[in-house]
Amino acid sequence: MLAYAAKRIGLGAVQVLAVAVLAFALVELLPGDAAVALAGDQPDPANIARIREQMHLDEPALARLADWLGGLLTGDFGASIVSGRPVADLLATALEPTLILAAATLILLLPLSIGLGVAAARRQGRWPDRIITTFTVGLYSVPEFALAVLLVSVFAIGLAWLPPTAVGVPSLLAEPAVLVLPLLVLLARPICSIARLVRAGMIEALDSEYVAHARRAGVSERRVVLAHALPNAVTPATAQIARTADWLLGGVIVVESVFVIPGLGTALVDAVNARDLPVVQGIAVVFGATTVLVNLAADLVAFRLAPRMEVAR
Amino acid sequence: MTQQPNRPHLSRRVVLSAAGLAVAASGAVLAACGSEPAATGPKTGGTLRAAFAGGGADETIDPHRVNLFADAARAKAVYDKLADLGADMAAVPRLAESWTPDADLTVWTVSLREAAFHDGSPVRAADVLYSYRRIANPEETFRAKSDLTPIDLDASRAVDDRTVEFVLKHHLAEFPNCLAAFGAYIVPEGSDTFDAPVGSGPFKFVSFTPGSEFTVERFDEYWDGAPKLDRLQIVVADEESARINALLGGQVEYAHDLSATTARANEANDAVALVASPGSNMLGFAMKTDRAPFDDPRVRQAMFLLCDRDELVESVLSGRGQTGNDLYGLGFEHYAAHIPQRERDLATATALLAEAGVETITLDTADVGSGFTEAAQIFAEQVREAGVDVEINERNADTYWSEVLTEGQIASYRSGAMPIASHISQRLLTESPTNVTQWHHADFDELYLQLQSTADEAARDQLYQEIQQRLHDEGGYLVWGFADWIIGTLPGVHGVEQAPANTLDWARFDKVWMD
Repeated sequence: MLAYAAKRIGLGAVQVLAVAVLAFALVELLPGDAAVALAGDQPDPANIARIREQMHLDEPALARLADWLGGLLTGDFGASIVSGRPVADLLATALEPTLILAAATLILLLPLSIGLGVAAARRQGRWPDRIITTFTVGLYSVPEFALAVLLVSVFAIGLAWLPPTAVGVPSLLAEPAVLVLPLLVLLARPICSIARLVRAGMIEALDSEYVAHARRAGVSERRVVLAHALPNAVTPATAQIARTADWLLGGVIVVESVFVIPGLGTALVDAVNARDLPVVQGIAVVFGATTVLVNLAADLVAFRLAPRMEVAR
Repeated sequence: MTQQPNRPHLSRRVVLSAAGLAVAASGAVLAACGSEPAATGPKTGGTLRAAFAGGGADETIDPHRVNLFADAARAKAVYDKLADLGADMAAVPRLAESWTPDADLTVWTVSLREAAFHDGSPVRAADVLYSYRRIANPEETFRAKSDLTPIDLDASRAVDDRTVEFVLKHHLAEFPNCLAAFGAYIVPEGSDTFDAPVGSGPFKFVSFTPGSEFTVERFDEYWDGAPKLDRLQIVVADEESARINALLGGQVEYAHDLSATTARANEANDAVALVASPGSNMLGFAMKTDRAPFDDPRVRQAMFLLCDRDELVESVLSGRGQTGNDLYGLGFEHYAAHIPQRERDLATATALLAEAGVETITLDTADVGSGFTEAAQIFAEQVREAGVDVEINERNADTYWSEVLTEGQIASYRSGAMPIASHISQRLLTESPTNVTQWHHADFDELYLQLQSTADEAARDQLYQEIQQRLHDEGGYLVWGFADWIIGTLPGVHGVEQAPANTLDWARFDKVWMD
């Protein structure tokens, strides 16, 4: 398993680099550069030329890419061409709120969605199952921004129970109340999709030969569900959980902008708007690495939960 | 023009307060104004939190590098300029106490008032020259650089600690406008890093996190009177919806730049007070006068006559604005208010277009501001009524301004507030850096030079009228309206003025107080 993990990580590093180079090429293909974006509605050509020179944008694109790749080998992410701040600093600042939100969401998501899925499966076709199914399908079809606006107007503005945004809050952990509404929005759709997968997996498992065998052998129903059926039932959901973790770690831009959370999604949008290539590439590396690691972790967990399954190679 | 001593800029505030009292006495509610005087008078203390749109993690507090409104508000809290612009765009002395030109308007002597930086050292002529030289550095790209180009900084000198002699490269009757240029802040001699900025402004620096928050506290020795607030915090919320939510939820006391839609939705809401500054944002279309079809004055005339300005103000600005008359600077000093308002005339316009043989027009626009593309759609419909095919070309928002400077035929256009002279020098002279209408006329350049070398106020105003008459008759700017600038505050916030963005009384937190 270790050799498998090492191989996957090596392959992942190549994928991450490819993503960064692709991001570079895509931003390079956009019309205009950082100098034009910075000049905004004061597009004095002489000024734009001077900014371009200062930012070394007059050098060929390939030379700038090579410079950046060279720096990356020594662990240097380069500096923002707009402010001159080290990209590593910028990433660290933006990563903190994103990590806090992602971690809090996952901690709540797993027990809630698995619990709902198991509960629905055990009462398959009866009213708790119907309620849970109707509720999850309904909630799943509400887009994040609509839910966010609705929650803010009801719970923050109307009832004034919770703060509407995280504006000016130095750290999300310092004022946990600001996390409540963003967490509800982030949880809504993943809970539905994962609960439904767990329900389906659980129904199949409870119907299987080995569960029937365990029951015949006199194993308690509780133990049948938790120790025998559940690990198999959760396995199909691990890929979805990984996708959700990846989505969260990428900074969910809708949630970040409605609730004023300066995370990775906001940083990416700002950087693309400013055509700040070193920052865009830095974020691409982080996104790529996250995706590779999360998927690797998911495969390893799936392998542990149901060792009989072949790991996809 | 002789010197301009301490202009009593309190007059407008006094008038407003008096009006407020009168309205309150008559039992009416002055809902649209956040600065109604309370019976007890200004209170001292408290922290005001103000939400602005920001620039993310790349924000800086180098006052010479200001770009966004948030940058300007932060710089203004900590620093002063020699002059600033009043609501009518006339220069008002700030750190400068007075300015006196020589007879041919090329040497200006500026006396500094007695003021101190936050570290206790006095503001000296050397600090002024250092600041201006830093901005004008040819290696750098500071925003105010072009405004300071008329000054020959090598020849300019400090006469004594509180007198600067500015030598200009040419006559400049409106030189005080340069002293009020966006970003021309005075920093102590030698300042080059701004981790802990020291200025002479109303607030002392406390902390700054780019893209998130900026905190300052009262400077008791401020020359214009210590602020009423203990602290000011400027926080960043990029989305307009987030700013109004933060205000409604009580997370901030002041929300900058609200949309007309938000204002309409909250008109009857007692939980917020709206402050609208008229004339803040000019909206229009820029026609390229050097190429077909708009090199034909008849076609420009037809566009002027096809525009239904009232419809645009009503639908794009939700009625929160004023109708334009194809001239920049409604309500500003020297504005040609006597020129009759242009009205829609479909028949004449159709005839003009037929005469000129115009069949299709391509209108450039981009989503660079609220209502921008909507205005283009509505105007296109109005032009189509004359039997002309209008094609709308929606460009990339990030590069729009740079592209339409040289490309296309007619483009959606907007401009913030600035003196009319600056509008002309930046956009309408042959050498202007952003001459988006490609208006190149040697006789027009000459007229402007004449204006800048005329010392007599009345004669100069005559030239302003002449220039504007010409632009109204055949210029390339179709100005359909002026949008209000809308700020929201909580009801307990007082002293927020109706001032166009980037003028003296805009974001003037040293005059704000809270219940």
